[in-house]
Amino acid sequence: MKGRVFDALRTALAERRAVALVTDLGSGLQTLVDIEGRQQGDAGLEDEFLPQVVDAIRADRRGIVEFYDGRFFINVFPPKNRLLIIGAVHLAQALVPAARLAGFDVVVIDPRAAFATPDRFPDTDLVTEWPDEALATLKPDARTAVVALTHDPKFDDPALIASLASDAFYVGVLGGRKNQAARLQRLRAQGVADDRLERIHGPVGLDIGAVSPAEIAVSILADIILCLRGHKWKAD
Amino acid sequence: MIRDDNEAILTQAAGWRADGIAVALAHVIATWGSAPRPVGSLMAVSATGAMAGSVSGGCVEGAVALEAAKVLSDGEPRFLSFGISNEMAWEVGLACGGKLEIYVEPIQ
Repeated sequence: MKGRVFDALRTALAERRAVALVTDLGSGLQTLVDIEGRQQGDAGLEDEFLPQVVDAIRADRRGIVEFYDGRFFINVFPPKNRLLIIGAVHLAQALVPAARLAGFDVVVIDPRAAFATPDRFPDTDLVTEWPDEALATLKPDARTAVVALTHDPKFDDPALIASLASDAFYVGVLGGRKNQAARLQRLRAQGVADDRLERIHGPVGLDIGAVSPAEIAVSILADIILCLRGHKWKAD
Repeated sequence: MIRDDNEAILTQAAGWRADGIAVALAHVIATWGSAPRPVGSLMAVSATGAMAGSVSGGCVEGAVALEAAKVLSDGEPRFLSFGISNEMAWEVGLACGGKLEIYVEPIQ
């Protein structure tokens, strides 16, 4: 791999742009392709080959493909998954390192400056805006999960409304079943459609009987990963 | 922190390069059966023998690192395949019965 292809690949990842690295397994020449079909690298790809590469980026599909008499390896580098946490609470302090361990970029959002401090969240992206404003800037995409952990409707509800209108693949909110029912009523009264409300994971997390903040963090992360990947072994 | 994602592996590789250490990159390009790491998994190997990432569950990384050293010395990419029934010179394989093919290249 040429140094400039390596650097371009790292730049794309840092900028959260999905790219494919196409390696001609015969010559070793490599081309970096983005989702718009723009190319950078050693050799330009054939016009007829390019759509196949762009499709592979869209479908997250990696592997060897044959094109005429050439063999090419397409490796797809999607942007990292991202977790947006509403509420700089005790549970968030456990969820941040757990999510990072699983490879997520993490942002903690809380307008209460007393909670969202670097002391409580070292080396963490902290946003001290109201959740709906913060989400308007952060724009949850299909690789973003949002969890609302404040227990307070004035923070959680606007966060849910904004994330349900986005492409976020996971929207979860802390709270017992009774609170969840009341929440659904409130959101419905604010005009959120039922098919959107169905996307809410509440109570948030996989039911593993978690009690401590650290255990609840594991259960939330497990549920998010399940949504992302799906079950590997189907139940009989 | 150990992070099992390609971005972290490439960041480690960039760190070695910044220190003037040559790096080879191994890509899992094909798998059959119960291979532990999917196609597209990366492992970076430095000229000093340090590794970042993985291409299997730990079964073949040592052999890949040895081949990576050859790739770094002559600058030529190599294809490696591993499987339970392979008749290769090195005595490593996948106890799980999977097979995999790996492409190792130098970062120039």
